Amino acid sequence: MKANVHVTLKNGVLDPQGKAIEHTLASLGFSGLNQARQGKFIELDLNETDADKARAQVEEMCKKLLANTVIENYTIEIEG
Amino acid sequence: MKACVIVFPASNCDRDMKVALESSLGSSVDMVWHRETDLSDYDLVAVPGGFSYGDYLRCGAMAARSPIMSEVVKHANQGGHVLGVCNGFQVLCESGLLPGVLMRNANLKFICKDVELKVERNDTVFTNGYEAGQIITYPVAHHDGNFFADAETLKRIEGQGQVAFRYVDNPNGSADDIAGIFNEAGNVLGLMPHPERLVEMPLGGLDGKPMFDSLIKSLAA
Repeated sequence: MKANVHVTLKNGVLDPQGKAIEHTLASLGFSGLNQARQGKFIELDLNETDADKARAQVEEMCKKLLANTVIENYTIEIEG
Repeated sequence: MKACVIVFPASNCDRDMKVALESSLGSSVDMVWHRETDLSDYDLVAVPGGFSYGDYLRCGAMAARSPIMSEVVKHANQGGHVLGVCNGFQVLCESGLLPGVLMRNANLKFICKDVELKVERNDTVFTNGYEAGQIITYPVAHHDGNFFADAETLKRIEGQGQVAFRYVDNPNGSADDIAGIFNEAGNVLGLMPHPERLVEMPLGGLDGKPMFDSLIKSLAA
């Protein structure tokens, strides 16, 4: 099955790249933008066919490598 | 006293580190490839600067999970000494040997220049060649040197005297102007600036030399 992982910076962690995106969008004339935050999207293709087991496996991957939980949160989406 | 330098794919300060250590040690320093799994011969392990694994995912993230790093963690937990410079500092933070994380510089620019540092304490094997409060100059060359830790961790680092060096004029947005930190036990040091780049006069100065001299002298004693 497939797993989609979103890794995002925690609230309160400065995101200079998000800020740069924000400023550039504003300079392109996009108004009304309150904030831009940049994160990562990781697609995983797994052999596992049990959704719960797949989620548990991806959870381990997030903790061990995909996210640095000092500064990042992650969300996992399992697709049948 | 035996020392080695870890080499990852895309390490690029590994040879500078070897030369700096050898000039203080007076004997040969081994290079250890990241796939190796034994550090039992060594008193000091240096994790050098560079762009290990192309900085993919996060700086130091891949290197921190390479086979040799389990040995570096083991070495440190057994009281062995570890010095991480620049990318090496990032790797040590990612591996959990040091608290916090190095983020993109606040101004988003790659910063390559000499910076002034304040030596916070000189009662450690890494810094006893300096005076406490001494201002020294080391070069920095990094895109991700912005030290970050949550408020509680920062309080703990400060409270336990784990700050080794502070920037006099903070170039990268680091919390509390932190340029380098020790682990709780004091046998692991990570810093963004490069002491190994200022150990010979033709390179522009000798401010880095006392770190290697004091380290080698203390560990050989």
